Amino acid sequence: MEHLSGGDILIRALKDVGVKHVWGYPGGAALHIYDAIYRQEDVVHLLVRHEQAAVHAADGFSRATGEVGTALVTSGPGATNAITGIATAYMDSIPLVIISGQVPSSKIGQDAFQETDMVGVSRPIVKHSFLVTRAEDIAATIAKAYYIAATGRPGPVVVDIPKDVTEPNYKVPYDFPHEVKMRSYQPSEKGHRGQIKRAVKALLQAKRPVIYTGGGIVIDNAAEHLIAVARKLNFPVTNTLMGLGGYPGTDRQFIGMLGMHGTFEANTAMHHADVIFAVGARFDDRVTNELEKFCPMATIIHVDIDPTSVSKNVEADIPIVGTCTSVLKEVLSLIEQSDISPDTDAISDWWKQIDEWRAKHGLYTASRYEESSGETIKPQDVIKMLYKITDGKAIITSDVGQHQMFAAQYYLFDHPRQWINSGGLGTMGFGLPSAMGAKLAFPDTDVACVTGEGSIQMCIQELSACTQHNLPVKIINLNNSALGMVRQWQDMQYNSRYSQSVYEESLPDFVALAEAYGHVGMKITKFNELEDKMRECFAMKDRTVFMDICIDRSEHVYPMHMPGGSMRDLWLSKTERT
Amino acid sequence: MKRIISILMENEFGALSRVVGLFSQRGYNIDTLTVAPTDDETLSRLTLTTQGDTQMAEQIVKQLHKLIDTIKVVDLTEGAHIERELMLVKVKASENDSRTELKSCVEIFRGHIIDVTPSTYTVQLAGDTEKLDAFVEAVSHMGIMEVVRSGVSGISRGDKFVCA
Ligand SMILES: Cc1ncc(C[n+]2csc(CCOP(=O)(O)OP(=O)(O)O)c2C)c(N)n1
Ligand SMILES: [Mg+2]
Repeated sequence: MEHLSGGDILIRALKDVGVKHVWGYPGGAALHIYDAIYRQEDVVHLLVRHEQAAVHAADGFSRATGEVGTALVTSGPGATNAITGIATAYMDSIPLVIISGQVPSSKIGQDAFQETDMVGVSRPIVKHSFLVTRAEDIAATIAKAYYIAATGRPGPVVVDIPKDVTEPNYKVPYDFPHEVKMRSYQPSEKGHRGQIKRAVKALLQAKRPVIYTGGGIVIDNAAEHLIAVARKLNFPVTNTLMGLGGYPGTDRQFIGMLGMHGTFEANTAMHHADVIFAVGARFDDRVTNELEKFCPMATIIHVDIDPTSVSKNVEADIPIVGTCTSVLKEVLSLIEQSDISPDTDAISDWWKQIDEWRAKHGLYTASRYEESSGETIKPQDVIKMLYKITDGKAIITSDVGQHQMFAAQYYLFDHPRQWINSGGLGTMGFGLPSAMGAKLAFPDTDVACVTGEGSIQMCIQELSACTQHNLPVKIINLNNSALGMVRQWQDMQYNSRYSQSVYEESLPDFVALAEAYGHVGMKITKFNELEDKMRECFAMKDRTVFMDICIDRSEHVYPMHMPGGSMRDLWLSKTERT
Repeated sequence: MKRIISILMENEFGALSRVVGLFSQRGYNIDTLTVAPTDDETLSRLTLTTQGDTQMAEQIVKQLHKLIDTIKVVDLTEGAHIERELMLVKVKASENDSRTELKSCVEIFRGHIIDVTPSTYTVQLAGDTEKLDAFVEAVSHMGIMEVVRSGVSGISRGDKFVCA
């Protein structure tokens, strides 16, 4: 058997587990590992400019591909900088492995230079973590870490490695386990058949059903099975912010996103539903509004891989623990075998009702917002233009704020993994690095980061990484000169007292900034120049382009749930409500 | 309602802190906690008591089970079970009267006096929580100097058992 040092074992194990790219940033405790990276070519390292971005980029790569993303950081500040990225991935169940250097074993606990208890600090925001104490354990730990990250409900796994463990002069046999077995971890796959039968019966008897699906469909690659079940039943489908693309956004049966900024028709249909088929969604507070008023008439079928998600917020009438794919397949086959036939009359009445709602206050009704004119650019129109120019085929990443909601509402995602955003943690700064990760995975696909002038400044340093690694992403900056979403809440709940949500003319010249990093900058102030400029932007296939688009500063995101209300209690504009 | 939760887990670095962390992170309280390796040294048994209704207990059990290191998690209060706690109490006993009274109390509660000085008795007592509470109550007027309790250990009655 080959003898290798701990550093070499780590990199070899990464290769053997299938890793091709690692995002990271070096430092003292990780230097043996970085030297091992230097001496091989199988695993490519991409240097970022801040460790938070390393984790977000690995995350964006993972969301775009479904593979486990990998980040590498040093101890202390490197590790703590990674924390926001780890928490972001944890909230959205994204499989990542984060490898952190640690001070030498003999110094642990001594308050050594750049010592942070990484396993301790990250504990509440990881699926699992390891402290590797011997070079002999590295390969097996890496195999376990990737297995845990990717299976069951996925999530980030931290592997903390003290510097002495990667020491170049201590060599041990390299033995990579090709199978991982853990007696304490055996994720269940298939849902309970009896429960699935009950669910199918409830579905077939439904008169006002809604299929409500979340990120689980995307993560589990279950979109085709969802489509098959939805088509078979002719039921309306709504997606959560995390679930967009899990059902085709342009499909007739799609009624839009639900929740705080969901469509009128989706939220109203949920409220009136008699059966809710929730798949890979977790009844988040941004979806349900006030729990006590949530969907008063509905029988709730809840499918989730994670038993702790089921009946956590909303008691499920028919709980099913299993993967989205396995349960949906079983549902479809049981529907086909069943002797109950769906109540097509009731379903067609239900559709009539939903279509009426859609025609009255849907996102595409004329009165939704004032359209752009020569001088003012409406953010909604920018997203519609982006959709048109990219032919609906781009991968869109986003930051957090109004721009994120406009992107979610107005870009119709037909495919899973096309929409990449930080839904659970709501991390400003996620957009650009995650776009880099997606672009690395799909160099021939347009990748656009829809952002705001607030969010983009939280990871703007990565424009430099785009240059270094040739990652020509497009930055669509919806510049409203404010922390728009904060200002919207201040308008609605604090009598427009704009406490710390405006910058007093301190914003940088984004065009000059982009150019300083070696990119193309564009500033757009008039609606009638938007289309041409955006075409120009996307025509530059091999350039990173920063489009600084000055939008109407006063626009709010609607619909919006009224605090304390039910799902159908919505503000539809600054003056109209349901 | 009081819950006794028995957890069998890998005897590994960080496993205990993950269990304890879960409780604070999710806003549950731990009333008592005991932990030790089992006959199989690679496994630890952890018994904890907490308060909660059925739904909360269910959620706690599910959350504990989700931890990667846990192998089995059982809410013993769901079925017939035995609970025991060990207590060591140091009580003031310098006069003859109080020494006699304490001795008879210890006898009634089936405890043992395990250490004696001219001014104190140290008593060892095992039993369920209520019994230990009752003893403390009974001798409190004599002057308790120190109470050390192990926290609850539990096991289910009959043929049922929790193993890996
Ligand atoms: C790291 C972080 N800090 C603070 C917030 C709170 N927050 C949510 S939206 C928002 C404003 C975002 O401003 P901008 O990026 O310009 O987007 P806009 O709403 O204007 O479109 C803030 C501060 C957050 N989500 N993330
Ligand atoms: Mg803004």
